[in-house]
Amino acid sequence: MRSPGIGLPPPRLAARDAAAEAIAGIVQRPGRAVLTMLGTVLGVGAFVAVLGLTATGAGQISHQFTVLEDTTVTVEDNGPANNVAPPGANPAIGFPADADAIADHIDGVAAAGVWWPVTLPDGEDIPVTGSLALSATASQTASLLAASPGAVAAMGLSMVAGSPLSAYENDTAQHVAVIDTTTAAQLGISAARLPSHPAVFVDGVAFTVVGIYRSAQRVVTDGSAMLIPETTALADYGNPQPGIGTQDEAQMVIATRTGAAQAVARQIAAAELPTDPSRLVVTSPPNPQNLQSEVSGDLTGLFLILALISLLIGAVGIANTTLVAVLERTEEIGLRRAVGARPRHIAAQFLAESTALGTLGGLIGTCIGVTIVVMFATAKDWTAVLNPVYTLPAPLIGSAVGLLAGAYPALRAARTSPLAALRHA
Amino acid sequence: MATPVIELRGLGRTYPGPPAVRALRPADLAIDGGDYVAVTGPSGSGKSTLLHLLGLLDTPTEGSYLLDGVDTSELGDRDRSALRGRRIGIVFQSFHLLPYRTAMENVLLAEMYNQTPRGARLRAAAEALGAVGLGHRLDALPTTLSGGECQRVAIARALVNRPSLVLCDEPTGNLDSRNAAALMKLLDELNAAGYTILVITHDAQVAAHAGRTIEISDGVLSERMDAGHA
Repeated sequence: MRSPGIGLPPPRLAARDAAAEAIAGIVQRPGRAVLTMLGTVLGVGAFVAVLGLTATGAGQISHQFTVLEDTTVTVEDNGPANNVAPPGANPAIGFPADADAIADHIDGVAAAGVWWPVTLPDGEDIPVTGSLALSATASQTASLLAASPGAVAAMGLSMVAGSPLSAYENDTAQHVAVIDTTTAAQLGISAARLPSHPAVFVDGVAFTVVGIYRSAQRVVTDGSAMLIPETTALADYGNPQPGIGTQDEAQMVIATRTGAAQAVARQIAAAELPTDPSRLVVTSPPNPQNLQSEVSGDLTGLFLILALISLLIGAVGIANTTLVAVLERTEEIGLRRAVGARPRHIAAQFLAESTALGTLGGLIGTCIGVTIVVMFATAKDWTAVLNPVYTLPAPLIGSAVGLLAGAYPALRAARTSPLAALRHA
Repeated sequence: MATPVIELRGLGRTYPGPPAVRALRPADLAIDGGDYVAVTGPSGSGKSTLLHLLGLLDTPTEGSYLLDGVDTSELGDRDRSALRGRRIGIVFQSFHLLPYRTAMENVLLAEMYNQTPRGARLRAAAEALGAVGLGHRLDALPTTLSGGECQRVAIARALVNRPSLVLCDEPTGNLDSRNAAALMKLLDELNAAGYTILVITHDAQVAAHAGRTIEISDGVLSERMDAGHA
């Protein structure tokens, strides 16, 4: 205490009074306050919207992947390094005869099996390559696929009638087939007719329909398809053509337990073909976490820079308006000094005002950002993802902008001489 | 003998130049509690300089100024601000009311910085406005008040902390003659109620209300000993 003799408490500005003065200062000039806040509103709104949209998009991507693709591993036969088959014939498929059983031994495999699209020999009356004209009571075009019992299981068929191809039918190379509902309907084969052993004809050869499926999780997810045992296909149509990109190579489809796809993918080639594992090309699902951060990184970087620029403009706007307010209100500053305010109280008042402006802008911006994310997600029929760790404190970004922007004007205000201020009027 | 409210000991103010201006030459003056003093002089004579020094809005370049026996030239900003807020009430010629605040809020402003509890502040402000005859216009904005009423709000603001000294700077300068007369009557009443009042004016009629008249000319103070009531 420099002078204990004056017997008066030092002047003080209560936080409540400072807040009330700040709000009064804003409310007095609402139009100007709105314009001043605009930059902060845009900046904080962009910040919240960008982070929310990125999280929503990434959440959607990871959602899609976790549902199905994260449990799917495919292995393709790239063919032998040197073609050892006689001219005109395809080399033997790269998968061993007991490929399904080998895959089943790997921990994490739910079902696995070999399949390939069957191509009929040239010169036949085939309307579309890779597709076949089936003729029974009517004709219909469908893909003809050879599939082991394990492959049929891994495809995850939802049967409406009958049963998927069995091991017995495969071992004995029966002429049996499983077809989809669309093909069945076109050919007039209803589920009720299945016990009477209807047949479909491929290139004049009859296949007994043993099952009809409605939908599938893998491989035959869309389009019409007819599945026949792989042994039957080998016997009737020969080896499939190897080599990635021919569209006709033998493949293994593996349904894994959730989260096991990466581990299965690492083991499967060596397990199936220990002598030449590189002949088999394994495709595992992209790691959803990598994918998510990739998406986040690409989009967020650019938009966050834009948000930052908006915030900078917002800060300049608030600084400018507060400075103008300080110059406009020199008379008020002088008066406050005359009634006992210290320079720090003057500074605190203007800082409180700019901070309140920034906070208000931040709040409005956050609301707008959240609204954008929710509306976007609703329009896309997605789940809106907003991380509370980023969203809830977002208005504080506005506060910080306001506080920083108000620093210089507040200093100017505090330095205003009460004399000059009162002479001003 | 009681301590004078104001005691000037060789108080002077020189504005640094170039050229340096001696706005107030070293002066001695004592004003006792309950005095009603008028300071008169032509424009540029140093009236405002004296007002600013007495109001602790400016610091002297020489001499000392004792307010209620406290030597203010020894004090730092904190104590000077405290004294300004609690012991001095200033009434300005141009009122200096905040245009967007009600009469009540304008008076409350003078209590904002002195750590008074809110309830006590509200009571004191209402009481001060009542004392100047505006008890019925607490929520009026200055824009809806007449010049005379605005000046009364300013007086209420100056009185709300029950200061030792009320400084009035040309209080009737912006008022018509009828309002000016009413205002001078109010100042007379306040003086009668015990307030120490110092009025700075160039209006002889205003000065005539005061018990003492101090003339200032070219920065030199001189008391007119033959002063009397009009």
